[in-house]
Amino acid sequence: MVKSVVGEENFIDMEPNRSNNYCCGGGGGFLQAGYKEQRLEFGKLKDQQIQTTKADYCIAGCHNCHAQIHELSEHYGANYGVVHMWTLICLSLGILGPNEREYLHDDLKEVNEFHPETAM
Amino acid sequence: MSEEAIKLGGKKKSIFMDKVKELLPEGGNLNLCLTCGACSSGCPATGLEGMDPRKFLRMAALGMDEELQSSPWVWMCTMCQRCVYVCPMKIDIPQLVFNARASWPMEDRPKGIKGSCEMAMKNDSTSAMGASPEDFTFVVEDVLEEYREAQPEFKDMQAPIDKKGAEFFVNQNSREPVTEPDEMVPLWKILHLVGADWTYGSKGWAGENYCMFLADNERWEHITRTTANSADELGCKVFLNTE
Repeated sequence: MVKSVVGEENFIDMEPNRSNNYCCGGGGGFLQAGYKEQRLEFGKLKDQQIQTTKADYCIAGCHNCHAQIHELSEHYGANYGVVHMWTLICLSLGILGPNEREYLHDDLKEVNEFHPETAM
Repeated sequence: MSEEAIKLGGKKKSIFMDKVKELLPEGGNLNLCLTCGACSSGCPATGLEGMDPRKFLRMAALGMDEELQSSPWVWMCTMCQRCVYVCPMKIDIPQLVFNARASWPMEDRPKGIKGSCEMAMKNDSTSAMGASPEDFTFVVEDVLEEYREAQPEFKDMQAPIDKKGAEFFVNQNSREPVTEPDEMVPLWKILHLVGADWTYGSKGWAGENYCMFLADNERWEHITRTTANSADELGCKVFLNTE
């Protein structure tokens, strides 16, 4: 599905992937547990996996992952974007309005904009 | 990393692992460890608090219950289950971690997780951010109305709440309705375009469950049953977990 949305050539899987992939460290309550330093240390592996791909965006599967990977992106300085799948599906269909782009960076902020006049 | 060697106090002290074994099918295979270390080598929590999955399991096997149950590491393992996936004996270390969490006195468990669990118990929403069914309904209707007008191609788009007999019961993480409502819209658009017959439930609409992370079985069950009952009462065929 990701390939059909972003194009085969724009999809780069991280290594290892699928069931061998590493947890980002946002789940299991870790985000709310209060051990921030340890949580960022935990997420270092995930950040390195993502940085190695040199991809501009990482798609997160759930809200815990989204929040954690977003923080990893800023904390470790790579500043890749972190998006939900629904954002990319609607972007590819040309139905993503200007106010539905919270997690898109400047490179995609105005691409294929649906009803640009409604920008808030 | 831990610098001190582990000292055993002679006779095996206790039975935490035995208790957990009784709870799990096949005893979680907890006594089958070959000490290969595949679990620890691929675990992002290895090294935090001087702990790793293999060490945790070995300590349990040696009856070091007090040390295990007091290590904050149990709140740093996310129970992602990668250790089970790579384990040749399929040992259920995450269940050991979960039950170690459950052995903590409630007042000592992480405040953030506990607070989110308590929030979810406040009303029928089961929202860790405390949004009420009325708040949720208001936000959804307000945002829907706005988008139907602003984007006429979607003037017939629906975001039903408590629609009887809908095929899909869709849950929603609280973050969107509470802090970034526009982010709900792309999902609605996709559901609209594919012609899905779906609904939210005013009860149990919130997808997150911090009582589970808190290892509070009773409240975890309450939250899960609230949302499952909501889907059942509406006669939905499929529970679509977006979380």
